[in-house]
Amino acid sequence: MSDKNLTSKDYPVAESDPENVTGNRGKPLSALTLDAVIRGDVDMEDLRITPHALVQQAQIARSVGRSALAGNFERAAEMTQLPQNEVMQIYELLRPGRAESKDSLLAVAQRLRREFDAPLLADFIAEAAEFYEKRGLFQKRY
Amino acid sequence: MTQSYDANRWKRFDDWDARALRLDKFAIEDPENGFSAFNGAADPKPGLKISGGKVATMDGVAAEDFDLIDTFIATYHIEPDIAEEAMAIPSEQLARMLVDMNVPRTELTRLARGLTPAKLAEAVAQLNAMEIAFAYSKMRARQTPGNQAHVTNAKDDPLQLSADAAVAVALGFDEIETTMRVARNSWSNALACCVGSAVGRSGTLFQCSSEEAEELEIGMAGFTSYAETVSVYGTESAFFDGDDTPWSKAWLTAAYASRGIKMRCTSGAAAELLMGFHEAKSLLYLEARCLCLQRGMGSQGTQNGGIDGAPLAASMPGGVREILAENLIAVWLDLECASGNDARHSESDMRVAAKVLPFLIGGSDLICSGFGSILKYDNSFNPSSFNGEELEEFLVLQRDFEADGGLTSIDDARALDLRRRAIDALSHVLKDLGLAEATEMMKRSVAVASGSNDTESFAPRDVAQISDKIAGDGVTVLDVIRSLHRGGFRDEAENLLFLVKLRVSGDYLQTSAVVRGGRVISAINDPNDYSGPGTGHRLTEARRKELAAIRDVLDRDEVLRAEAASELRESKSIRYQNMGVAEPGTDPKEIVVGLSPGFGSKIFRTLAGHQLSTVLRALKTGIERGGGTMRLVRFWHTADTSFLGLSAARLSGSGLGIGIQSKGTAVIHQKDRLPHNNLELFSNAPVTMLEHYEKMGFNAAVYAHGELPEPVVVPTKGEALGARFHARVALIYAIETSMTQDGATPEHEEVTFLEAG
Repeated sequence: MSDKNLTSKDYPVAESDPENVTGNRGKPLSALTLDAVIRGDVDMEDLRITPHALVQQAQIARSVGRSALAGNFERAAEMTQLPQNEVMQIYELLRPGRAESKDSLLAVAQRLRREFDAPLLADFIAEAAEFYEKRGLFQKRY
Repeated sequence: MTQSYDANRWKRFDDWDARALRLDKFAIEDPENGFSAFNGAADPKPGLKISGGKVATMDGVAAEDFDLIDTFIATYHIEPDIAEEAMAIPSEQLARMLVDMNVPRTELTRLARGLTPAKLAEAVAQLNAMEIAFAYSKMRARQTPGNQAHVTNAKDDPLQLSADAAVAVALGFDEIETTMRVARNSWSNALACCVGSAVGRSGTLFQCSSEEAEELEIGMAGFTSYAETVSVYGTESAFFDGDDTPWSKAWLTAAYASRGIKMRCTSGAAAELLMGFHEAKSLLYLEARCLCLQRGMGSQGTQNGGIDGAPLAASMPGGVREILAENLIAVWLDLECASGNDARHSESDMRVAAKVLPFLIGGSDLICSGFGSILKYDNSFNPSSFNGEELEEFLVLQRDFEADGGLTSIDDARALDLRRRAIDALSHVLKDLGLAEATEMMKRSVAVASGSNDTESFAPRDVAQISDKIAGDGVTVLDVIRSLHRGGFRDEAENLLFLVKLRVSGDYLQTSAVVRGGRVISAINDPNDYSGPGTGHRLTEARRKELAAIRDVLDRDEVLRAEAASELRESKSIRYQNMGVAEPGTDPKEIVVGLSPGFGSKIFRTLAGHQLSTVLRALKTGIERGGGTMRLVRFWHTADTSFLGLSAARLSGSGLGIGIQSKGTAVIHQKDRLPHNNLELFSNAPVTMLEHYEKMGFNAAVYAHGELPEPVVVPTKGEALGARFHARVALIYAIETSMTQDGATPEHEEVTFLEAG
């Protein structure tokens, strides 16, 4: 079912297609047993959601008219590739008065596009840069 | 006591002043200054113009004048291909559609994607409180209602957190939320609740409310499974004051999803007013903006409905109706709704119960977005509407209305077992991972403690050290699972693994997802399909029985058992002897006392707890003091007080009789009166004392002389005697009526008192 768009009929995916639900290192749900954890065969990466799973959830959400939620899952799918400190630094930069200029946000957008293959996130940041400038958000706030 | 009659005020106002209600402060409607639930001075008229597929004006503001909130809503919430159709529908018609069971929910959620904040607010404002509640019930996303608990304590004591989390799970909460008294204790609180919530069953979602970055890190370590701390505001200034923008919050929203953690945003009436940036707009309009923003951000849901602003919203006229209305907008926008009812909006228990009722009977994804499962003083979020103190009241409300509030009763033995298990499990993990060592004394004190005032356990400083070590050592949920397994807590290890595995498929990221019976249910596979009676959420017979099964429920056997315990004592105090058919008397001094069928044979105490022998002795003393003599007659044709009295009077040589039921209800009657037109009646048996029975006997004898005594008045303190006694009364009375026979002959009873009174 990898190429077909999922719908509400495929939900919950963990029940409808458990063998194809995998953690970030490719282990399927059925391999994530207590015994495997005890043996040390499971680490936190195996319990991380994949971009694929998020895209599937986006498809399901869209099939029931929740395109805004789907949009969030799609941004999240890209964000799985960002290290935690990157996620938090960009969050910080998006807060009022943190970025000094439009350019610093645009630079982030460019990095997201180039280094992380994250066009949706890049567009999102570039769009924020546009509107922040219009509302004068690049002034330092104390 | 000296009484002054010089007061220049009706003293009822003093009584009213003393009520808890008067601690609440109420505010006058003042739209210019932000004090208006529905009609802000600066609320815009709804309107939308789209040009070239983009929003050109919205609610009276041109695109070039949009603030960041308008911009975000116009970009991410308004769906241009629906907007024209949706905005063309008059608000009155939208309001009617909301309460029309024949208009499907999905049609309304579709239209909402094209409605502006002012239009949404204008439509719901047409509805009265009952219509809003009904529409909410129809429009909420998931069919099965649920509930969320707060689990915190004043010491941040991990042993107590673990025990209380296990109890919250057993009570049926779908989600539990903790927070800290001391910020750095977050990791310890998270680990403790996480272990406790894995005791008993799997699938209870857990969150640790803390600073954004740390909350995400705790989530990434696998301790938590959801978050609801992403707050949004309805004015740009309030948003900036909260140090965020719609874009920064939307970024966080995606961040949680990217880590497989369920999240919802938070907004509630009057937050902007509290922060001083209300722009003279109504509570409802600002909330409509918040909610459109949350939908646009792609949040699956919202914690909404006053929340921390609930007390301020409730100070205004219509404030509580507004809270209902904003929740309706949330579900109309197809968002999961954790519907507030958390921060206690009033000191009045009645106002609190009234506020929660629509959500209890109509259902909600999470009725309370923080039901205090712990005592008020242990709630680190501040007291909730319902707390550990009032938890059983909620269980009873569920039973009263046969309404599923998500909770199930727990008996005391099971509660203690779960607490001990949770404490043992956590103590093992703390020791095994080298974090801390709990003594036997600590464990025992926490197991039985109702709240942290009763514990001898970890103090906040100890907890800070535990917390720092968890963070410093990089402990993850896998370490905890392995540790639980090493300690023999295999079920708990399995339960915890189940929970953390949810994030791999992400099924529980969808709208209104919770876990029931080991399965994710959400608005997708458990959608609310209400379309009139017999549809939507209905109790199964099994669940109905579960709701009915509160503790200490009376039945007939229980009443008879309690009486049997009194029987022995009575047998040492009195002996009844049946002397055969009772004939009419001729002695003008005699007072016949008519006993009910079960008096002294099946029932042995009055509702006030007096042994029936002492009651008869009191009547006898009184009658003799009044110059009369007592004759006892047992009636078998009736158990009714009036007829017992009247029948007694008709057999009495004086024409005066007393009727008495075994539960203690008694009457003085005269042979020529109509059955229910008695001379004196003690209808409140539970507060009728022996001295009253003696006085009743005395008065009966005085009436027999043809004189008018001072009637006996049994004082009450206003107790709800019906609530306290009627279940028992009905059971006792049924026992007595079952002994009656039509036309049965009255019998003369002789009694011997065996002990001195």
